[in-house]
Amino acid sequence: MKPSLILFSLLTLGLLVWGFRQAMFVAPTEATMGDIQRIFYYHVPSAFAAFACFFVNLVASLAYLKTRSPRADALALASAQVGVVFCTIVLITGPLWARPVWGIWWTWDARLTSTLLLWLIYVSYLLLRRFSYAGAMPVLAAVLAIFGSVDTVFVYMSIRWFRTQHPQPVLAGGPGSGLAPEMLHAFFINLIAFSAFGALLVWVRYLLERQQQRVEELHAHAAVGGAR
Amino acid sequence: MSGLFHITRATLAKDLRLEWRSKDATNGMLFFALLVVVIFSFAFEPTAEEARRIIGGLVWMAFLFASTMALNQSWARELRNQVLDGFRCSPAPANALFLGKTIGNFIFVCLLEAVVAPLFVVFFNLHALGDTLLLIPLFLLGTWALVVNGTFFAAMSLRTRTRELMLPLLLFPISVPALLAMVGATTAIFTGESSPSLPLKFLAVYDIVFTTVSLLLFETVLHAE
Repeated sequence: MKPSLILFSLLTLGLLVWGFRQAMFVAPTEATMGDIQRIFYYHVPSAFAAFACFFVNLVASLAYLKTRSPRADALALASAQVGVVFCTIVLITGPLWARPVWGIWWTWDARLTSTLLLWLIYVSYLLLRRFSYAGAMPVLAAVLAIFGSVDTVFVYMSIRWFRTQHPQPVLAGGPGSGLAPEMLHAFFINLIAFSAFGALLVWVRYLLERQQQRVEELHAHAAVGGAR
Repeated sequence: MSGLFHITRATLAKDLRLEWRSKDATNGMLFFALLVVVIFSFAFEPTAEEARRIIGGLVWMAFLFASTMALNQSWARELRNQVLDGFRCSPAPANALFLGKTIGNFIFVCLLEAVVAPLFVVFFNLHALGDTLLLIPLFLLGTWALVVNGTFFAAMSLRTRTRELMLPLLLFPISVPALLAMVGATTAIFTGESSPSLPLKFLAVYDIVFTTVSLLLFETVLHAE
């Protein structure tokens, strides 16, 4: 294992531990919502990590179409998988928070539905990667990533414009507004910690995928009968 | 450019001729859509007011599912006798194949809608309160939105193990914004409570953007091996 990877893992662990202490013990309890509000310190950073991963996936997919480099493809896969995991966390922690606080599990407002659609698009991306024939898979996946990214713009607009006849609960006016300074402090630490954690996961998954690619290449060479 | 037009026309003519002679896709599609109408009629027993509110969703769901049958079929035809490989080896522009297929599918699905939409009106005793003439651009734009993405993803699904299953898995999430707009516009037209112009404009923009993206990326997908 590279020393930089070990160092980064330790750094990430430290940040996560610090973030946990801040979120659970140091940050004050919210006046109206109580302790359940502490999910916020995990919910929003996870969303940020998920969106960052999907953005990395888009860039890697474009890079793959341009260069056809297997490294770009490995990065695209790693970021998509980690992104889906974080997105799942967002979609689970959100309702867990909403139900006791606002009495509803779910609502079709722009942000929630966009996140759900993003999750669906990327799960279909992963399924496409799983079910395609090996030669075509990276190209098809890269093309789908582009379609998905173009689509997210339309998704957000369409939900805002065409779903507003239902009554919308006021979602606290955006979680960043009106936060006490200690809460903001805990929030930013967790944001950095989760971003580091996401980056670490993507890095490790990328390294694994590159290993896998090299193994497959060696198998292919051996099958053809060449010894390089 | 003239090469593009002529090959598109030739591909379209071939598909229309094949479909006319065999009626593979249209028969299956028509009967499926009819079944969907009947099942929805059994499942929901709406009052006149409720019917106007839900018809948008019912109609477009029915057409979405029925059109996936046509879309799967259209590319399966190209795999027999290695027709697709022949096309790939030829100097013909890839977009001509894509446009020919898309326009062919568009025509089939429009015919389907022309037959099935009156059935919805009959079974649900629909009476539109808004401007019904706007239904025509709505159906044209909405069908193109489904068909252009559907043809593209059907071409992608050719290279997967679970060919027929992959198309809906890829198509449905990407089509959600268009579906919202189509359903919104249909509801607006039937209930007469709001203007369908915003959803229609949205659909037009969606169609233009995704047709462009599909045309830009089709060649990559065709040669993806």
